[in-house]
Amino acid sequence: MSGIPMEHGLMVASALFAIGLAGLMVRRNLMFVLMSLEIMLNAAGLAFIVASTAWAEPHGQVMYLMVITLAAAEASVGLALVLQIYRHFRSLDVDAVSQLRG
Amino acid sequence: MELAFYASALVALLASLGVVTGTNPVHALLYLIVSLISVALTFFALGAPFAGALQVIVYAGAIMVLFVFVVMMLNLGSDASAQERAWLKPRTWVGPSILAGLLLLALLGTLLRGDVARVIGGTSIDAQAVGGLLFGPWLLVVELAAMLLLAALVTASHLGRDAEPDRASGGES
Repeated sequence: MSGIPMEHGLMVASALFAIGLAGLMVRRNLMFVLMSLEIMLNAAGLAFIVASTAWAEPHGQVMYLMVITLAAAEASVGLALVLQIYRHFRSLDVDAVSQLRG
Repeated sequence: MELAFYASALVALLASLGVVTGTNPVHALLYLIVSLISVALTFFALGAPFAGALQVIVYAGAIMVLFVFVVMMLNLGSDASAQERAWLKPRTWVGPSILAGLLLLALLGTLLRGDVARVIGGTSIDAQAVGGLLFGPWLLVVELAAMLLLAALVTASHLGRDAEPDRASGGES
């Protein structure tokens, strides 16, 4: 056995994405929703790295850097929102925030 | 190299399942860190050591420290875990799991029937090649990323301020 087929890497990425998507739809706690989003973004980054190494081109790693930047921005804004929601509603339930009014 | 890739991919999948199905927020967070580090190991096994190091430093280091601090500030303990267990009934998770499973089946079927036929042979792409691209043709994207991070910083510091004292008087600071 020599080398990893590219399909296997992409299969791992899509399985991670599906797990994150299931978590995003199932969970009601905002912390778990943010964690599932991190899993999905990480799966997208893994797909970029797999494509980058399969073609031996560094462009995919540049796109991975963009994905990681997006994940950092999303996590900081999302966690600040979670803190404010917890201060306001004393709960992390997404359904408590569904009425667009404080 | 192949063994390292498949083993760390298996660990990443199991740890992600632990995140999604866990009830204790701290335990789920630790599972998430394990998942991110094992994805970093797959990067090393695939031959992208720069991306793997970045994943460990930025993702598993910096971003996860943010999550850990927020969980500590929110003081999510055993009562949060009990509420999670009450929310995780089979009739809530069966439907979304079926949908995600169908999506996964479609993706896997496309990958299996497609004719990609490329093998990752362990040629390593070092940081020099990536850095040369970042400061060459992708320079504008790097500056846009810097603007995005600055905007996220301003947003987070604006949203994260303590607005409790003047909420009683109805004033908006």
